[in-house]
Amino acid sequence: MKQSQAILVTRHLSKDFRGFRAINAVSLRVVAGTVHALVGPNGAGKTTLFNLLTGFLKPTEGHVVVAGHDVTGHSPERIARLGVARSFQVTSLFPKVTAREHVELALQSGTGLGRIFWRTDRLMRRFSDRAVELLDEVGLARLAERPAESLPYGQKRALELAIALALNPKLLLLDEPTAGMGLEDVDRTTALIARVRAGRTVVMVEHNMSVVGSLADTVTVLQRGEVLVEGPYEEVKAEPRVIEAYLGAHVA
Amino acid sequence: MILTLLDRLNRRRAWLRWGLLAAGLLVAFGLPWTLYPPVATDIVCWGLFAVAFDLLLGHAGLLSFGHAAFWGTSAYGTGLIAIHSGVPFYVAVLGGTAAAAMLALPIGYLAVRRSGIYFAMITLAFAQMVYFVTNQWRDVTGGENGLQGIPRTLPGFDLSNSFVFYYAALPVVLLGLLAAWRIVHSPFGRVLAAARENPARVRALGYPADHYKLVIFVISAFLAGLAGGLYAVNHGFASLQEVYWTTSGKVAMMTILGGIGTLWGSLVGAAAIVRLEDWLATAGFEATGLVTGVIFIAVVLIFRRGIWGTITHLLRARAVAPVPQIEPHLEHDHDELQPTPTN
Repeated sequence: MKQSQAILVTRHLSKDFRGFRAINAVSLRVVAGTVHALVGPNGAGKTTLFNLLTGFLKPTEGHVVVAGHDVTGHSPERIARLGVARSFQVTSLFPKVTAREHVELALQSGTGLGRIFWRTDRLMRRFSDRAVELLDEVGLARLAERPAESLPYGQKRALELAIALALNPKLLLLDEPTAGMGLEDVDRTTALIARVRAGRTVVMVEHNMSVVGSLADTVTVLQRGEVLVEGPYEEVKAEPRVIEAYLGAHVA
Repeated sequence: MILTLLDRLNRRRAWLRWGLLAAGLLVAFGLPWTLYPPVATDIVCWGLFAVAFDLLLGHAGLLSFGHAAFWGTSAYGTGLIAIHSGVPFYVAVLGGTAAAAMLALPIGYLAVRRSGIYFAMITLAFAQMVYFVTNQWRDVTGGENGLQGIPRTLPGFDLSNSFVFYYAALPVVLLGLLAAWRIVHSPFGRVLAAARENPARVRALGYPADHYKLVIFVISAFLAGLAGGLYAVNHGFASLQEVYWTTSGKVAMMTILGGIGTLWGSLVGAAAIVRLEDWLATAGFEATGLVTGVIFIAVVLIFRRGIWGTITHLLRARAVAPVPQIEPHLEHDHDELQPTPTN
């Protein structure tokens, strides 16, 4: 049987922080078109792994390959331009900039218009319609003209998603997209991810197991910087080591 | 309803903007009528310098402590060209400015990789090197005597009168200010503003944040050079003071006094300090630094936003009606439950 194509591969990826090994020999294989969830107790290294994948951290050892390109040690902007968009766990926005302008900035990034310093920024209005469309898609159309700092928490997370989508990424990396959300927002975000995954590959760090269960094709469980188990959700959920890891973490 | 309200507000703001521009031009053209003309020229030169500095500090979030290098390099460069070639002073200034911008390229390349205090220290270190070279290279720069006898050449015009020279220099300053304004309100400026608030986010969007910083660094040095060249021609000489670190400190003080990131506030800050120093010098007061320093500290402590920043903040607070609250539709608003990270 022909093996399905991997869009993201890591080989023996490791990261040391002053002698502390945060990520240890992680080899991942994310199949194109799937939703791949990274789960694990706090401190398992999920966000560190995300930062390694997107160039915000340089690995101590190992390689990251995106769509056939070895991007180990590349800058975040180079990796982003390969079609990798990420959201941040701690909502990472520009406080004074409106929601619409956020999305416009993202839409502009591939066009080279951002280098133009001798013409008016009204040129960016060409992205306005598409920006409002994207905001509508995440349920923010009404809040398009509000500065990011004034948005309620759930809406900030939704804006993160709209920005990521504006990059039209092949690979979408979501760092805890539903963290801190109320039930209703969680359901809406889950439905949204289910909708936008079409034609894309999604890698997400997520704590909410029902979200993972309803979205993920593959689940990788990390513990202390290592891959504990990998497989379909139902299998992973029943795995004794996973239960132990989680319970152990809770007890401790 | 809300739309018409916003519309009216915008129209009022547009009027205010045109009014301010007209008032600004009026002041710019009337300045040498009310002040000793060489001081008026000093004000617009320092004003442009401070605006260039604010492009970097206020709009890119980079505190340079070595901008004297660019102002001074252009002052000497302009002077050397003017003395040795006899070209119109505009050409000499452009030459000095080009030298400043070229110097900014390697310095900026090395400095923009760092931020905060490291960026300030790197720029300071390079500026001190420029000072050292200028001081040692006596045959060319005149060393401690400075570069004397820079002519105000312009075929067909007699610029020996400082009043006339002001009007010859003003268009260059205005062009520089126009450029600064254009850059701030360009697509580039928008990316830069975003990068200042959140560099990681901008990089994740695929923008090479360091390239953007380098470009604004060189532009800032270019405009600083423009100002420094005009200043040298105004005085007829370039002194070591131009490349000394106190000049870097003075321009920083002007921008902070006027209001960081306000652009035009830097003009106010520059005017205030130049005017004050001139007044103190005329009154025979020696320790000008003491007075400007105390005033600077007082303003920074009392008006955190600087002169311009405080005024616009007060105007905005009065002009803007309370923002129409968004419908209470967002029942799952977690602001009280969740410690909300703001960025």
